[in-house]
Amino acid sequence: MSEHSSSSLTTYVVIWLILLLGTALTVFAARIDLGPFNAAVALTIASVKALLVVLFFMHVKGASEKLLKLVVISTIFFLFILLALSMADYGTRLWS
Amino acid sequence: MSDSQTASVSSAAHNPALLHHFATEEQQRDSASLGMWIFLSTEVMFFGGLFCAYLIYRLKYFGDFAAASQTLDWKLGATNTAVLICSSLTVVLAVWAAQQAKRAVLLGSLVLTLILGFAFLGIKSIEYAEKFEKHHVPGPTFQFDQKVPGHPDQQASPGHAQIYFALYFVMTGLHALHMIIGIGIFVWLLVTAWKGRLTPEYNTPMEIGGLYWHFVDIVWIYLFPLLYLIDLHK
Repeated sequence: MSEHSSSSLTTYVVIWLILLLGTALTVFAARIDLGPFNAAVALTIASVKALLVVLFFMHVKGASEKLLKLVVISTIFFLFILLALSMADYGTRLWS
Repeated sequence: MSDSQTASVSSAAHNPALLHHFATEEQQRDSASLGMWIFLSTEVMFFGGLFCAYLIYRLKYFGDFAAASQTLDWKLGATNTAVLICSSLTVVLAVWAAQQAKRAVLLGSLVLTLILGFAFLGIKSIEYAEKFEKHHVPGPTFQFDQKVPGHPDQQASPGHAQIYFALYFVMTGLHALHMIIGIGIFVWLLVTAWKGRLTPEYNTPMEIGGLYWHFVDIVWIYLFPLLYLIDLHK
């Protein structure tokens, strides 16, 4: 048990360092000109950070309950529908 | 009486925290986590609507949004991001300490989390005060005199900048409200932990409170690049 708990502490510290590094990377990427890809890079880094928090800090990775994972995935899915369909509408209105 | 009922009664006698309508401690823990996650999914949709409104207007008035965004101090935003990430570490340490019955680590982590939470709100209040001084708060006294980044000859539209600041105040304000509620929950957790009521057998409030705090952290992870870092290279 104590061996398992010390390994989870190491995981927490490593994830914390990656999250801080990700924040520095976000600021760095925003200061160089990537054209239209600036926003995509910023959102990708933010999503990787969010995923790390969900999996390791919110313990979804080790969760035994499958229903919990279903709730997490369907939340992301419905958020995706909200954003993707709205942007597909407003983003293409200038085309006609 | 069947065998399973006998088993649940005897384990209930073992752990007074196990409520009679749950068969095992694991089932009780899983049910609480599942309930919290369903609440968090409604919160995701709640913030999701605002993010959607933000994306639509950002797409439509990109230059004006960039001009308004660059009146914010990204250094303060980045500092606040780091503060919240550190607080997420102390929260996960508190959850771990409650499971391992390490009282000193638990109390220390909870106090550190509260300090970091107040630090976040303190930095946010400095930013808000600056917005009031510069008349960047939407309303009758709103003033905005900035060029569109990358176009030194083009004046940014004050009306469109006002939409940006309206979204800025609603999104960061709602986030700050969640921080204040989170601090309230963690003060209660600190008192509960101080009284010795969070044990390896029963620490559900710590686990659930931690999920809430991490969710608030995730919202800020998205708010920071979207609000502070538009077209920063120009």
